[in-house]
Amino acid sequence: MTQPTTTLDDQFTAAESRTRRSRKKSLSSNMAAYGFLAPAGFLVITFFLVPVVIIFYLSMTNLSTSNFTTDLSAMQFVGLENFRILFNDQFAAKIFFNTVFYVLVTLSLFNVTLALIVSLLSTHIERRAGFAFRAIWILPRITAATVYIMLWRRLAVEAPYGIINQVNTLLGQTTYNYLDARPWEFVIVVNGFIGVSFGMIIFTSAIESIPKDLLNASLVDGSTILQRIRYVILPLLRWPLLFVVTYQTLSLLTSFEQILLLTDGGPGLYATEVWSLTAYHRALSNYFGNAQWGYGSAFAVVLVIIGVVLAVIYMRVFRFNELVAEPKIEVL
Amino acid sequence: MEVKIENLKKQFGQVIGVKDLDLNVRDGEFVALLGPSGCGKTTTLLMLAGIYKPTDGTIRFGDRVVNQVQPRDRNIGMVFQSYALYPHMTVFGNISYPLKLKKVPKQEQMERVERVANTMGIGGLLDRRPGQLSGGQQQRVALGRALVKEPDILLFDEPLSNLDARLRLTMRSEIKQLQNRLGITAIYVTHDQVEAMTMADRIAVMNQGVLQAFDTPEDLYDRPKTLFVAGFVGNPPMNFADVSVMAEHGGFTARNESIRLQVPAERGQKAAAAGKVRMGIRPEDIHVVDEGDAVTAEVVIVEPLGRDAMLDVRFGSDQFLVLADPQKHIRAGDQVKLHFDMDSVQFFDLQSERSLLWN
Ligand SMILES: Nc1ncnc2c1ncn2[C@@H]1O[C@H](COP(=O)(O)OP(=O)(O)O)[C@@H](O)[C@H]1O
Ligand SMILES: [Mg+2]
Repeated sequence: MTQPTTTLDDQFTAAESRTRRSRKKSLSSNMAAYGFLAPAGFLVITFFLVPVVIIFYLSMTNLSTSNFTTDLSAMQFVGLENFRILFNDQFAAKIFFNTVFYVLVTLSLFNVTLALIVSLLSTHIERRAGFAFRAIWILPRITAATVYIMLWRRLAVEAPYGIINQVNTLLGQTTYNYLDARPWEFVIVVNGFIGVSFGMIIFTSAIESIPKDLLNASLVDGSTILQRIRYVILPLLRWPLLFVVTYQTLSLLTSFEQILLLTDGGPGLYATEVWSLTAYHRALSNYFGNAQWGYGSAFAVVLVIIGVVLAVIYMRVFRFNELVAEPKIEVL
Repeated sequence: MEVKIENLKKQFGQVIGVKDLDLNVRDGEFVALLGPSGCGKTTTLLMLAGIYKPTDGTIRFGDRVVNQVQPRDRNIGMVFQSYALYPHMTVFGNISYPLKLKKVPKQEQMERVERVANTMGIGGLLDRRPGQLSGGQQQRVALGRALVKEPDILLFDEPLSNLDARLRLTMRSEIKQLQNRLGITAIYVTHDQVEAMTMADRIAVMNQGVLQAFDTPEDLYDRPKTLFVAGFVGNPPMNFADVSVMAEHGGFTARNESIRLQVPAERGQKAAAAGKVRMGIRPEDIHVVDEGDAVTAEVVIVEPLGRDAMLDVRFGSDQFLVLADPQKHIRAGDQVKLHFDMDSVQFFDLQSERSLLWN
């Protein structure tokens, strides 16, 4: 968000120092630039900055159902008390490692690897077939989460409703509730199928933008199709790969609605509970309607901090600013 | 390696890329495929490389039919207009790539890459990446990559089009010399006739997917077999006028309402019986003279070309290009007298557009 602003500002500063005429001009085009940034700026401020400030504040209060609904004055500023409780929470570590496991496995197996495989496959077959193939992989993404999860539940649950179990019954096998027996497998596959489309689109467009000559040259130089993928195509996908890793890490960290609908963090105590789901549970959906807004906010704050730190690390390690090409349009 | 192309055809859906191409390239020969953009040159080359499968016809390398042979089993080197260097590899990586794929031992790879790089004059650039090289250097790397595996056939697809004029001149003679020394059969695609004329042993002229002529540069220039070839080869292009050739007074005359020209007997004879024919004469065969049995014409445009001045002249309904001495200071609007040197005049049939002299 800040990147283009700085670049524009730099240019305006440079322009300003040149002549008076261009100063006048640059002031007015400065206004134009802010004008163009305004809608995006408004959205970021309203839907990101303001909520973050609010949850930072809430995380330092003891706001919960007990004092909000009946006696607002009972709400107190408690400093870092919620965070002290959080770090001593006997389940916090489990939830933390659940989150790491969930993000790493889903990201590496599906959002990156399967996305790469789908885009490589679909760009190596007949164009229209490839297009149809990719369209299928977009379906999980564009299906409403509730509908999508109902489909999976229908697959997984006990006989006589569960489809897998109907097959089991026919084959004379014992039946399970798969969501109880294999919760992680289902959580990861269900989210992974949704996650494929993003990387797939990015990788496909990157592959298709590789000059045809380059691909032909590799074949003439003596490569097989697989060698060409390994020595030419994959190295040229370096930036898209890093981008997808970064973006999808952050995206997976904050996604919880599919897990909520599929296992609700279960079975049992926090088996598939991830951090963002905990924030939701604590703040908005605790047992007996006991919503601990303050404590839930503390979870959310930790997530925001992790996200921002990760984003900064990724940007540094992958040197994203090198990716952002200098604007080619001369600003007058 | 001999290359024999028979009846070669390539169709992309409804679009015809190449139509019934027949071409025999001798071992060690340098053949240019010359034609305007979109005439099917690249398509032909990519079929030779094995990237495109022919819709019909056969391609033979020596006696082997290669229609179904994968590119990697054809032992060809190819140079692309865009250079097609791998941007993520160094110059060394680029040139050694064909060797790596052939599993040539590391030591031998180094030696061969070094040898080729030194030949191409890029020995000092092996650690650079393509992005850090000039166009000319990139072109040499591309050439080195094509040569390093010691191919039987070299394919060039407009390799010099992206270079500036001066560099194009140097690279032209370098490529020609290299090919000559190595004796590798070369097929060179270009839309630049000067390139084709100066480099090739023989030139295949193509238009709209169809082979128009396959001849030595001299034959194409002096004895064009079709109207297309006559008009396409030569710069500035040949002038055309529709005339009738008559036998008169023991000689032959070509005439229409505004000109009447004596034609040498051996040429006039062949055109005389054909009724109305198209006469072709090159700008350098028309001279501005001060007197004599000349055609008088009006100068429409004068373009100074340095050594010559190119005149766009009009007489009757015909408009010709003529080269004149710039010292004469001819201006637009002047009347000039033209002498036609008819020793190399061409005649074409109006219907078939084929030469009446050379078929
Ligand atoms: N891959 C392709 N798909 C469809 N049409 C093509 C393809 N390649 C070439 N053509 C068509 O075939 C004709 C010849 O193209 P090409 O061989 O590239 O011409 P040139 O190299 O002589 O400029 C053109 O009409 C072009 O549009
Ligand atoms: Mg071409």
